[in-house]
Amino acid sequence: MKNLAVETKQATLTLALIETKNLTFTYPGGTKPAVGDVTISVEKGDFVILTGPSGCGKTTLCRCFNGLIPHFYGGKLEGDITVAGSNVTECSIHEFARHVGMVFQNPENQLFALSVEKDVAFGLENSGVPREEMRERVEWALQMTSIEELRERAPHELSGGQQQRVALACVLAMQPEVMVFDEPTSFLDPLGAQKIFEVINELNKKLGITVILVEHRLDLASRYANHVIVMDEGKVVLDGEPRRVFDSEKARLIGVGIPKATRLCQVLRENGVKLSEVPINSEEASQLLRKVLVHD
Amino acid sequence: MSVFDGLKFRKVSSPVHNLDPRVKFFFVCVLFVVAVMFVQLLPLLVLFFVPIPFVFVAGVKREWIRSLKGASMLAFIIFFFNFFFNYIYNEYPNIPSASLIEYSVTMTLRFIVMVETFSVFFLTTSPDLLGLALEQSRVPYEFCFAFTTAVRFVPVLAEEAQTIMDAQKSRGLELERGNFLKRIRNYIPILIPLIVSAIRRSLELAEAMESRAWGATKKRTNLYVLKLRKKDYALVLTSIFILILAILVWRFIPIPALNTLLSFS
Amino acid sequence: MIEVTDLSFTYPNGIEALKGVSIAIRNGDFVAIMGQNGAGKTTLVKHFNGLLKPAKGEVLVDGVNTRDVSVANLARKVGFVFQNPDHQLFCETVEDEVAFALKNFGYARNIISRRVNWALNLLGLTQYRKTSPFMLSGGERKRVALASVLAWNPKIVILDEPTIGQDYQQKEKLRQFITQLRAQKKTVVIVTHDVEFVAECNPRVVLMTEGKIVADGRADKILTDYELVTKASLVPPQVTQIFMKLSDLGLPSDVIDVHEARKILLDVLEGS
Repeated sequence: MKNLAVETKQATLTLALIETKNLTFTYPGGTKPAVGDVTISVEKGDFVILTGPSGCGKTTLCRCFNGLIPHFYGGKLEGDITVAGSNVTECSIHEFARHVGMVFQNPENQLFALSVEKDVAFGLENSGVPREEMRERVEWALQMTSIEELRERAPHELSGGQQQRVALACVLAMQPEVMVFDEPTSFLDPLGAQKIFEVINELNKKLGITVILVEHRLDLASRYANHVIVMDEGKVVLDGEPRRVFDSEKARLIGVGIPKATRLCQVLRENGVKLSEVPINSEEASQLLRKVLVHD
Repeated sequence: MSVFDGLKFRKVSSPVHNLDPRVKFFFVCVLFVVAVMFVQLLPLLVLFFVPIPFVFVAGVKREWIRSLKGASMLAFIIFFFNFFFNYIYNEYPNIPSASLIEYSVTMTLRFIVMVETFSVFFLTTSPDLLGLALEQSRVPYEFCFAFTTAVRFVPVLAEEAQTIMDAQKSRGLELERGNFLKRIRNYIPILIPLIVSAIRRSLELAEAMESRAWGATKKRTNLYVLKLRKKDYALVLTSIFILILAILVWRFIPIPALNTLLSFS
Repeated sequence: MIEVTDLSFTYPNGIEALKGVSIAIRNGDFVAIMGQNGAGKTTLVKHFNGLLKPAKGEVLVDGVNTRDVSVANLARKVGFVFQNPDHQLFCETVEDEVAFALKNFGYARNIISRRVNWALNLLGLTQYRKTSPFMLSGGERKRVALASVLAWNPKIVILDEPTIGQDYQQKEKLRQFITQLRAQKKTVVIVTHDVEFVAECNPRVVLMTEGKIVADGRADKILTDYELVTKASLVPPQVTQIFMKLSDLGLPSDVIDVHEARKILLDVLEGS
């Protein structure tokens, strides 16, 4: 039995794309750590939702994944963090850019060029990719995000949702193994948000890109995830399978905005209704309730 | 807002727009040099008409006239100073001679020629092509990037300035009232949020740039490349021809003053 | 009372943002103006305090035509809280920030000081009184912006996209805060596309799409109309979606709130 446990652990270790151990970071001039003693493991192909109340440290944690912390921000980083096999403190940000792509909250402030095409090529130009290969990769990225018809447009002419898809294509063109999204739908309306989540999901399921999505809008995003991490005050308080995390008492106490479908079933169970599963979207909830209602 | 309208580049395409910016710049420089060479009115009159076909082919007539109107104030000042000081120094108290008037007009026309050629250049060159030309001319990439990024954000900043004005007006700030000093003070609630926002924006931009491998290699490649085509070579040859012609005329052919010409007819 | 009659507005760049909009908001109303980005919601509310003047049609605030008065004048009655607090903050201390509008409106010094204390207290900012607003966190800056608008006690309060970037607890606090405002008999108008937030507040909902109002009524009637909601590029509340899928079992279709849903389901289960 013991051997099996060790073997399984080793197997998991070799699959982990991002691993942190007791990661603690304090911003320069900060009085207390923004993230404290964080130990997580993200496997290849995971779709992780990272959530928690404002100020819990999720944005800070994200920035550790591609080297912005500690190289861009300075500060004190303790503990271990390995991304795609390399230690973050030892490699520069541009070395990580090939493995980890990041899409930020404000679509406007990620687009620099005067045409979409040129923006998508930006990362490749920086990396010195030869022109022919660049053209192919730009074309591919535009297709994957369904924005081919926008290729000659200037960023200011685009809607917020379109801009975010461009930002996605810009990062995708670099063909990273991991893509990190820091609240990418904050400025988008519900339909725009849904479109972005669908594209992200395709990248995860079809291309095998590992996704880390920082989000508050759990009702729209939770259906795609297989791994949820909840942070509060710099520490990881919940880490596991979505249904277990959303249904936990701790999530409610911290004030995580769990999907309403989950909440409804929670309150029904509190009133004695026997529900066998935990739903995280409306389809699952309606199926579950149908069983109970028809049965009666 | 209208000031920024002129900078908001609209994607127009014309044979002039598609000329290589470096070739256009060479052409403009040649015209500059020729304008400085001559102190007679006639050659400058010829020079004045040279960019005009470009204006029409490019379809930027309206904007070009607007830029000339903008320069007219300065042109008048140049005329006035040239005329006045030369008169006082050389010809006072006689009545001003025809050659003095012609000289003053010539100096003014030289200024106008410079403005019009530069204006045609900027009106027919899109900022991204300009940035590309800078890159290929071995200007350090940081400057080219700063240039195109600045142009890209002009409409964004303009909109933000408007939003900030709206927000402060909604708190009772009155921008049109008060004496001169008070009006300037009233712009502080506009400027500070604008500057703070610009700083925050630069931070976000820097993060995005770093995350996309900024500085990964000194040998940056480029998605686009400017290639010289037949019409570019044609313009280069034309420019060289104009330059040689001007040098020959300047050296060997005495140019009559306008009044001498007119008195013959 | 705000009366809008046949309002049309086109931006200088040619975009026709409002096409003949008519709406009446009575004193004490709580209205959520909803729709996708670009539908014209913010354009509409900017007419309420005179930031924009109608190209066609009329806007009357308490009987006064907005064309006839300045923004500063209308602002006394209509408080507008913008989406991004950083577009307002410029003072050296939170205190000064909250007092800014009061100074502009010409209040006496003692009244300003009283009002500032009240507003800081209301939003839990008293301890930050002498702090620079730029040193505060995002959520705190939002509260400063809110305090600076409430300081002059406007009758009508407009909140433009107040839930963007907010976590669940912050939205809860906002909801409670709106309830407080309503208890003070203020008219509250929020511009938002956050369906779940509106579902919890249950206000009057005005749906807009492409510059026109396509619906105006109670939240539980409008947000449960699948066709209308989709036309406005929104998504119905999750609870509504669940009940829609169970409609063949005879459950009511106009449920938007978790608690109401629970009651109905428990009743059905007990009944059978």
